[in-house]
Amino acid sequence: MNIVIIGCGRVGAFLAGLLDEDGHAVTVVDVERSSFDHLPQSFKGNTLLGSGTDLDTLRQAGVENAEALFALTQGDNRNLMAAQIAKEIFGVRRVIAKVNDPIRARLYRTQGLTTISRTTILGTLLHALLAEDPEVGKVLMEKTLAHEERLSADAPVAAKAD
Amino acid sequence: MYFVVAGGGEVGFHLSQALLEAGHEVMILESDRRRAQYIQEQLGSVVMTASADEGRSQMDAGCQRADAVIAVTGDDAKNLVICQLAKLHCRAERVIARVNNPKNEIVFKALGIDETISSTRVLMGVIEQELPTGGFFPLMPLTGSHLELIEAEVAPNTPAAGRKVGELGLAAFGALIGGIVRQGKILHAHGDTPLEVGDRVIVFSPTAAEADVRRALFG
Repeated sequence: MNIVIIGCGRVGAFLAGLLDEDGHAVTVVDVERSSFDHLPQSFKGNTLLGSGTDLDTLRQAGVENAEALFALTQGDNRNLMAAQIAKEIFGVRRVIAKVNDPIRARLYRTQGLTTISRTTILGTLLHALLAEDPEVGKVLMEKTLAHEERLSADAPVAAKAD
Repeated sequence: MYFVVAGGGEVGFHLSQALLEAGHEVMILESDRRRAQYIQEQLGSVVMTASADEGRSQMDAGCQRADAVIAVTGDDAKNLVICQLAKLHCRAERVIARVNNPKNEIVFKALGIDETISSTRVLMGVIEQELPTGGFFPLMPLTGSHLELIEAEVAPNTPAAGRKVGELGLAAFGALIGGIVRQGKILHAHGDTPLEVGDRVIVFSPTAAEADVRRALFG
């Protein structure tokens, strides 16, 4: 699959690494060159310096032929704009935007845009862990720990600070 | 009328001041507390310290009963979300967005925000009006289409001077001259109407073809 990721912060870089390992063709876009340092050393995909809300940058990132786009910058509004451009203008089939404000996340979801709020996801998970709810947390935590295990195995020295 | 102005920067401040002077009611949403305080000292109790891109602040500011919500921050993504929230969450009657990157006018329209103002474009218009080589000013986008209205003045030593309307090749990019203003009178623009230096032509053009129209007229 051709996949575009907007925003190479911790989440964007982590996801890029997972998808790259799965064998997808991943392009990561960020306005800050140093953000690409977050990517794992094994990353074989493309990086593109530019804004994910800019039509030309998105075209350059290959959005026209992308099957999926993730908008994962630190700004909810930027993510919403990038995701809507991908969906409405370029017709990307699977688009997911990280929108940390739960109210905005829900409102745009009712409009047909897939949104994920870190606030509510993490909060719900923590709540379930405390309640020792086996349904909610177990599988997610197992997968998460396995990913973390592999990440630390990949990193030759101590993990880089921000 | 009642206006909610989202963003109390320079544009928001002076816009609000002008609206107040014209006798309108205004509420400014400004997230920076110090800036909000300054606005309050200058303009009175017409400002709320709140983030305009949150539904609750918009409701508190009365977007649902405003005649228009005007988003004028310096951040295009924020202006887009403010306008979309005002429409979806508050059912605001009319939303107007400032776009800083002129390319985003097309994006905003595609995403349901029809009324946009590009400060860059307005400035370009003003600057070009001052240039001796004749002017080229995009006047306004036509609502509900990807078309715009352009006014251009035929300058000496340009492809347009002395040429017939039909010879400019505007049709090739979907543009057309709607009329010619010559010495204060309106002329029909037929294919065989010759253009004279000093004529002002009114062009209907796809927004994307603006640069082509400019080249056809000015070289």
